[in-house]
Amino acid sequence: MQLESLYQEIILDHYKRPHGRGLRDAGDPASRVAEAHHVNPTCGDEVTVRVATDGAVLHDVSYDGMGCSISQASASVLHELLTGRAAGEAFEVHEAFVELMSGRGQVTPDEDVLGDGVAFAGVARYPARVKCALLPWMAFKDAAARAGVGASPTEVKA
Amino acid sequence: MSAIAIPAGMPQYDDVPRYDVAAVRADFPILDREVNGHRLVYLDSANTSHKPRQVLDVLAEHYAMHNANVSRSVHTLGTEATEAYEGARAKVAAFVNAPSVDEVVFTKNSTEAINIVAYAFSNASLRPDGDPRFRLGPGDEIVISEMEHHSNIVPWQLLAERTGATLRWFSVTDAGRLDESGLDELVTERTKIVSLVHMSNILGTVNATSRITARVRAVGALLLLDCSQSVPHMPMDVVDLDADFIVFTGHKMCAPTGIGVLWGRAELLAAMPPVFGGGSMIETVSMAGSTFAAPPARFEAGTPPIAEAVALGAAVDYLTGIGMPAIQWHEKQLTAYALDALASVPDLRIFGPTVPVGRGGTISFALGDVHPHDVGQVLDSLGVQVRVGHHCARPVCTRFGVPATTRASFYLYTTTEEIDALVAGLEKVRKVFG
Repeated sequence: MQLESLYQEIILDHYKRPHGRGLRDAGDPASRVAEAHHVNPTCGDEVTVRVATDGAVLHDVSYDGMGCSISQASASVLHELLTGRAAGEAFEVHEAFVELMSGRGQVTPDEDVLGDGVAFAGVARYPARVKCALLPWMAFKDAAARAGVGASPTEVKA
Repeated sequence: MSAIAIPAGMPQYDDVPRYDVAAVRADFPILDREVNGHRLVYLDSANTSHKPRQVLDVLAEHYAMHNANVSRSVHTLGTEATEAYEGARAKVAAFVNAPSVDEVVFTKNSTEAINIVAYAFSNASLRPDGDPRFRLGPGDEIVISEMEHHSNIVPWQLLAERTGATLRWFSVTDAGRLDESGLDELVTERTKIVSLVHMSNILGTVNATSRITARVRAVGALLLLDCSQSVPHMPMDVVDLDADFIVFTGHKMCAPTGIGVLWGRAELLAAMPPVFGGGSMIETVSMAGSTFAAPPARFEAGTPPIAEAVALGAAVDYLTGIGMPAIQWHEKQLTAYALDALASVPDLRIFGPTVPVGRGGTISFALGDVHPHDVGQVLDSLGVQVRVGHHCARPVCTRFGVPATTRASFYLYTTTEEIDALVAGLEKVRKVFG
């Protein structure tokens, strides 16, 4: 096993110096804010993701949690990729990330879509760790639905 | 060192039971394999043990030569299978010094064994003629501890919900020992059953049970000990232990998965109503109602895991052949070695006893603030297999303020070289995440 393919420098950087960590209130009081708390019952990792949106744009995707380097770096990348994006674009990124993680290492990620998320390509080859990487992304999906975006199938590309 | 001379013919200081570890390792085919380009270093025997060729051969031989259903056939194969199955029961009974073979109930695992006792309580509580020792209701209490595996917590939580009884528990001290300071307030005339772990699967603590047993007897309650982690690693004598029930599982003691044991005092098993209904557990069945077989058959509805039970018998033979006192001594030496070696790793914190006394060869620890998943992943890249997570004992993690731990656990085939490989691996972890 090449440990470096799992623990890419980008992942370790996000883990050691997380971007945008901490749950934040909405800057604009008119924003809809919702959050979701997800737990990985096999290891006890936890993450809370909060989405602030006007229904069209995700003004903030904030998070807090505790867990392994993969789950916490993934939350940092999620924040970086989705904050400030239009809801439709955000779900395209979400879908690309889920596809990458479900691909057992056979999917070639598009850096234009996934940014630092491409570093997780190696994680997809470790079935035991895929759940760690997906934890914040699944929490995001629930939080967004609760904030009123992404719940309808028309907004999530099939 | 000065020592008083012991007269010749008496046991001497270094007269400890020993065996040839290299020869034992040669019995386990899996120990020859590589993992990620490194020699396998298996430090996860508390999770499941490996199986020696002697057990694998018996398993294959049973299916190849003696396969038939048990307890219902007059034909030769059926007789052979039944004799092998009941023979395994006798071996297990002797292994734990059960006064009677009929006190050994074969189950799927320890979890099922605990659930059988819990459901016997609930079924007895529903019947007007239920034995009073098994009747539970509001005001009655069940006592467990904070140190339990989930399998010795959840069945009792569910039983308390079904019956209105109250669940109480022993806490754990900072040193990882059972806190017995409130014993007399915790175990009282209201207590109907105390169900405790004999050896913790996460802290490694071996609980001294005699004070608790005395108190349980004084208040007229019953005592169940979860011996999943102790029976594989030390001599077991249920008469000496003076419990009412013990449970353990085959796969942690060189046997296959899918076979476990509930041992109970004969008169208690006889007083327990059935839990699973079906074939084999009946005396007579009519459309209007049924009567039930005596234990152990009463608790073994349906076709049991026959080959697995037979292989458990072979595992018992294997362990007995090496000698449980020798296995216990080997693991005590390994534990002392590992506790010393781990103490040399910077930023390493052990959860549980840090001396090799009143503990077994299962050591949980944290390495700085590196998450156990990451510790386990780096160790795996070096072929070192440890368990990471909450080990199905989340309340213990909560007690010590961590979401998870890394756990190394030893068995009869573990060597000090493997502990060295663990320590070297932890150095690599510190490099990657430092």
